[in-house]
Amino acid sequence: MNLFTIAWKSIRQRALPSLLTSLNVALGVMLMVAVLVCAGVVNRAFSQKAIPYDLVIGPRGSALQLVLSSVYRIEPAIAKLPYNYLAELKKDKRITEAVPLVFGDFTKPEEGGFPIIGTTTGYFDMGVGPGIPFQIKGERIGGDFDAIIGSNVAAMNNWDIGAEFQLVHGGGEGGHVHDETFKVVAILAPTQTANDKTVFIDIDGFFQIAGHEVKFDEVRTQLTQFWGSNSEKMASELATLDALQKERAAAPPDAHFHDTPDILKSLAAVLVRTRPNAPLDPINITAEMRNGYQAQAVNPVIIMQKLDKQLIGWVKEVLLIMSVLILIVSGVSIFVSIYNSMSDRRREISVMRALGAPRSSVFSIILAESVLLCLIGGLLGLLLGHALVFIAAPIITARTGLLLNPWAFEWTELIVFPFLFILAVIVGFLPALTAYRTDVAKNL
Amino acid sequence: MSLVLETVKKTYREPSGSLLPVLNIDRFEIGKGEQVALVGSSGGGKTTLLNIISGITLPDSGTVKVDDNDITSMHEVVRDRFRAERIGFVFQTFNLLPAFSAIENVLLGMSFSNKGVDRGKAKDLLDKVGLSHRLDHRPGQLSVGEQQRVAVARSMANSPSLLLADEPTANVDTANQDTILELIRTTCSESNVSLLMVTHSPDVAGQFDRVEQLADFNAPEGVAK
Repeated sequence: MNLFTIAWKSIRQRALPSLLTSLNVALGVMLMVAVLVCAGVVNRAFSQKAIPYDLVIGPRGSALQLVLSSVYRIEPAIAKLPYNYLAELKKDKRITEAVPLVFGDFTKPEEGGFPIIGTTTGYFDMGVGPGIPFQIKGERIGGDFDAIIGSNVAAMNNWDIGAEFQLVHGGGEGGHVHDETFKVVAILAPTQTANDKTVFIDIDGFFQIAGHEVKFDEVRTQLTQFWGSNSEKMASELATLDALQKERAAAPPDAHFHDTPDILKSLAAVLVRTRPNAPLDPINITAEMRNGYQAQAVNPVIIMQKLDKQLIGWVKEVLLIMSVLILIVSGVSIFVSIYNSMSDRRREISVMRALGAPRSSVFSIILAESVLLCLIGGLLGLLLGHALVFIAAPIITARTGLLLNPWAFEWTELIVFPFLFILAVIVGFLPALTAYRTDVAKNL
Repeated sequence: MSLVLETVKKTYREPSGSLLPVLNIDRFEIGKGEQVALVGSSGGGKTTLLNIISGITLPDSGTVKVDDNDITSMHEVVRDRFRAERIGFVFQTFNLLPAFSAIENVLLGMSFSNKGVDRGKAKDLLDKVGLSHRLDHRPGQLSVGEQQRVAVARSMANSPSLLLADEPTANVDTANQDTILELIRTTCSESNVSLLMVTHSPDVAGQFDRVEQLADFNAPEGVAK
């Protein structure tokens, strides 16, 4: 019978206080595990490894909102870029890939209200992350009303290839449902990124939907503001707009215009990849845009890391400190529980000593008891922590848009066990010393 | 000889600070396999004597030899191991651990010796004391007589050469008294284990061939204060 078996018997003898003590530890570990898992998910989502492009180009305004809307699909777009700006960007030799994004529609609320992105096949060519291609079940977009859906969209709606759905403009209960019906032609394998909760349609299909062309007055304002630093370009764009407006004015009142002219299109963002082995390209492009058109280029990783450092990281640290404090308080409760039981157990200890147990053995038995209580609490806390993440994951995803894998596991969680071991040894030391010093003759 | 005490002296310091001489034994011995009843008045030093023989308490001076090994000169760790392997203990209040079943209490007796834990032997010992059907019962689920029988089985767990019994029948009813006594004596006889049994009962003492009055060989008043 080894020392841990003897310690375990003693724990079982005092089942209720032992359970309550371990539960105390478990609550601290549960909180710590939940914080570490969430922090791990956030860290991965905000790391360079998760993003296959160098810059996000969008209209001037909040860089954070641009990233949250175009990369994480959490926030709505701030404003729009003229569609023809894409052609300007593509002329830049430093830019090897420029993928346009348009959005503003969602699936119906009862179908999850997932954001719908109009883009080109270039989006899928860039991959999920650097060197990580998309795993796609089905075909690439061929027709204007074809759609590729993320894994969460498919799972929640039980949609497979061939499923059909309609778009809601602006989302929400009161949003206008577009007449056009889209058909799922492919489903993405889970990526643990915002792609999982996104519906992708062809950008041309997006602009064929009624109401997606921008009104003339809005376009005029947008062109004037955007191309303001290049009067020649601005004049040429406005001339094109005027000509189109005249043409539309001359058309019969019941005429339908299915193809949206480029001048009436606008983009939410452009994802840009620069030349490999030219690390200064993104920096230079970002700097140039500060003085040029009404656009901005941002490195999403830098923006998110700044957010992480300024806000999320701080909250994370506070929660971690809180959970460590809870663990220390749990350690004190273990100390109190074992120490209080020592007066009742002096006789047992003396009996063991009379049976030949050396002082070191009774010391170790009490220490083993403390370690067992801590480790049992730790294991219980690990399970409870993951159960908490499992329950909270869909709620967090729904509230923040941040994808949280309910089965996520962080290796850093295991750090809790050496920590608990050290804590157990510290809080068990004094009761163990009491056992060590027990006067056998007096207590038999 | 199984046990030899020579010039053993023990004095306690009282809370008032004065010294209380308890033991002053010139010589006391028990032969191999011999069974001795030790009687004496309360507070006469019987329990202290058992504690000194088992090495739980050290005398102020003198030697205590068990199987020719002087336990007073042993390091505490060696003495603990020696006690685990050579000396069995049966207490007046049984002192079974409540969290452990009958067989686990016997196994616990084996846990601190170098001989290792032998479940088969523990079962045999409990079978011998008539408890083969109560192996997994905890002390709280056993009668007083059964508890003491478990204690007897535990005391024999490491095949000791000396068994110390401190009034083992004092807390059991009359019907069980003879059974327990018979059990201890028979077990010791069969294994050639020397027995020193402290008792207040003339009936119990009357069953031993050798009965020692502590006062006859202990003269604490002779210890210099």
